Amino acid sequence: MSRKTQALAALCAGVMIAATGCGGSGDSGGGDSTITWWHNSNNEPGKGFYEQVAKDFEKANPGVDVKVEAFAHEDMLTKLDAAFQSGDVPDVYMERGGGELADHVEAGLTRDLSKDSADIIEQIGGSAAGWQVDGKTYALPFSMGVVGFWYNTELFEKAGITETPTTMPELYAAFDKLEKAGITPVSLGGGDLWPAAHYYYAAALRGCSQETLTSAVADLDFSDPCFEKAGETVEQIVAERPFNKGFLSTASQTGPTSASGLLATGKVAMELAGHWEPGVMQGITEDKQGLGDKTGWFPFPAVDGGEGDPTAQLGGGDAWAVSEEAPDKAVDLVNYLLSDDVQKGFAENDMGLPTVPAAGSSVKDPALAELLKVRDEAPFVQLYFDTAFGESVGGAMNDEIGLLFAGKATPEDVVTATQEAADKEK
Amino acid sequence: MSSEHMLGAVASGRPHRTTPPPSAPPRTTSPRSTPWRQRAEIAFFVTPALALMALFIAWPVLSAVRFSVYDWNGLGPLDDFVGFANYADVLKDDVFTDAVIHNLVIVVGSIIVQLPLGVALALLLNRRMAGQGLLRTLIFVPYVLAEVIAGVIWFQLLQPDYGLIDAIMGGIGLTPPDEGWLGTPEVTLWVVLAVLTWKYLGLAVLLFLAGLQSVPEELYEAAQLDGASWFQTQWRVSIPLLGPTIRTWCFLSMIGSIQCFDMIWVLTGGGPADATTTMATYLVDEGTNRHNYGIAGAASVVLFAIAFVMALAYQLVVLRRDTKEEA
Repeated sequence: MSRKTQALAALCAGVMIAATGCGGSGDSGGGDSTITWWHNSNNEPGKGFYEQVAKDFEKANPGVDVKVEAFAHEDMLTKLDAAFQSGDVPDVYMERGGGELADHVEAGLTRDLSKDSADIIEQIGGSAAGWQVDGKTYALPFSMGVVGFWYNTELFEKAGITETPTTMPELYAAFDKLEKAGITPVSLGGGDLWPAAHYYYAAALRGCSQETLTSAVADLDFSDPCFEKAGETVEQIVAERPFNKGFLSTASQTGPTSASGLLATGKVAMELAGHWEPGVMQGITEDKQGLGDKTGWFPFPAVDGGEGDPTAQLGGGDAWAVSEEAPDKAVDLVNYLLSDDVQKGFAENDMGLPTVPAAGSSVKDPALAELLKVRDEAPFVQLYFDTAFGESVGGAMNDEIGLLFAGKATPEDVVTATQEAADKEK
Repeated sequence: MSSEHMLGAVASGRPHRTTPPPSAPPRTTSPRSTPWRQRAEIAFFVTPALALMALFIAWPVLSAVRFSVYDWNGLGPLDDFVGFANYADVLKDDVFTDAVIHNLVIVVGSIIVQLPLGVALALLLNRRMAGQGLLRTLIFVPYVLAEVIAGVIWFQLLQPDYGLIDAIMGGIGLTPPDEGWLGTPEVTLWVVLAVLTWKYLGLAVLLFLAGLQSVPEELYEAAQLDGASWFQTQWRVSIPLLGPTIRTWCFLSMIGSIQCFDMIWVLTGGGPADATTTMATYLVDEGTNRHNYGIAGAASVVLFAIAFVMALAYQLVVLRRDTKEEA
């Protein structure tokens, strides 16, 4: 066999293995004693922690074999997408809730946990709302965070800002002070659209009453004028020109020139982002410290005349779900994952913001501990709109918000585009 | 039938041989048919390739057409038939019609920039001169680079403030656009076009150089004898004879531009403000990001139709001359 034919043969064999591999993966979830579990903690300490969790569960449940697969976050989402389409879903997997989950429930892919996990659902309380469809709970959130401005305390000091802004005029004043000090106030990863969209969500949260938001999620009705007003708030922020150069094309989280990178390296003073931000910044900086002890956080300021509670928060989280086809033992595993012990370990390893009250005090990172307090004191946490409304409506909304940031759409356009996409879903 | 055999049979009147000579194969059926054995062999060797093509090309293509008439989010059965509603949505969507325009800008822009540049460079590089090999390599390297890698490199180079391009421009006293090359909707499509030119000029030059090899040396000698200058020789001899190569290159460039995806996905993702969306980025975004598989299917069929019509028109109007000349 020549080299070439050898290579060709290897390629053919590869194609065949790949083809059969796709078909074969379904078998692993079929047996009653084997549970497949996909998660996205693919670096330490999370990966090792979850391996230990699986071992402990196997020990407590003789005869059960937990097959753990750890992916990078984006890889996991891609794989899950394919799994949902083929109907061959892993037994235990991550759900982000909202419209996405509703689609999975409608397609009969996700198991109703309302009865089997009733105790845990009660403990979690209001945070579980994002994973409920028609009054039934389909996944158990294990980490919930909120969105706000992460800022560089040193740069704020340098610019003479002594107190974090609580109203829009105060926010604009802070922009001015920073600019006068020669500091770019805010970084924005507009290339990814969702970071820009979070401004609109936050503005709507401050402008709309909880009732309006809840009914918008349920009925996909955006006729309340507060949705257009949210667009006007965003327009005002954009008009202040606080953002980094080229913010429309800036990436959100990849590398030192991304929005998170600019904040982490002290090039800008603040960024609107979720609870993941300290972790992302640690990943970008060489010393793995991110902003370190210069990390500050404040919530999105109140909007003048807004009907929203200024202590309500925008947020989201990750939840464990069980596939419809999974063996009953998978439910036990999910319940175990939400037990006090596992949640405490999760918090101690700074893997996120735990949802079970008993684990709250175990969060070590001071910035995250502060955030946990904000979250727990919030009267309600609104799930990110794009997740809450589902990809189709959320995507149309984000696109139009992107245009709003570019000055190519009006606040009215945002509402119209969202409503049009929503009407197709009804 | 051998001539010897025929002559023998007629002239000498000997009885016919019962078997034909070994040199003459039996010609009982039409000359085109091949024995079943050979056909079986062909079928045997071709089937795996056909099966792979059916699985990875025909099936996905047919699926896209099927999805295009359903409202489908990728989950569960395909049961919400909507007829041509997805097509209507796609054609009514400003983002898609803009995408078609962007594709056409790239088609026309690529041809009017790369064609004269490519021909000029090919003519220059066809002369013997110092550093020729180096120049050829420099022009050809971008084409060999994977498009995704080239995109990532340019993405970094074009970053505002920290990127090399802005640094160089600042150094020579020029001001880059306020919001950066990739963040200014009015500018970004032209930036993409420039990067695509950088990437694909090498292919044009390579093809034209190959085309120039086929120009007979005698023609140049004759031109020289007639006292033609170098410029006159190129204009009257080289370029006309390069015609078929140019027309083929235009065709390749056109098809490539219509399907333009990788570079844009990496550089801009179709942004800012949809300023660089192409039909391909539109359909990928609708499909994988928004889970509107019906819309994505319809967009892909429209993309196919536009590419098909353009290719057919080009074939009929332009390439026809070449095939006629050869025939």
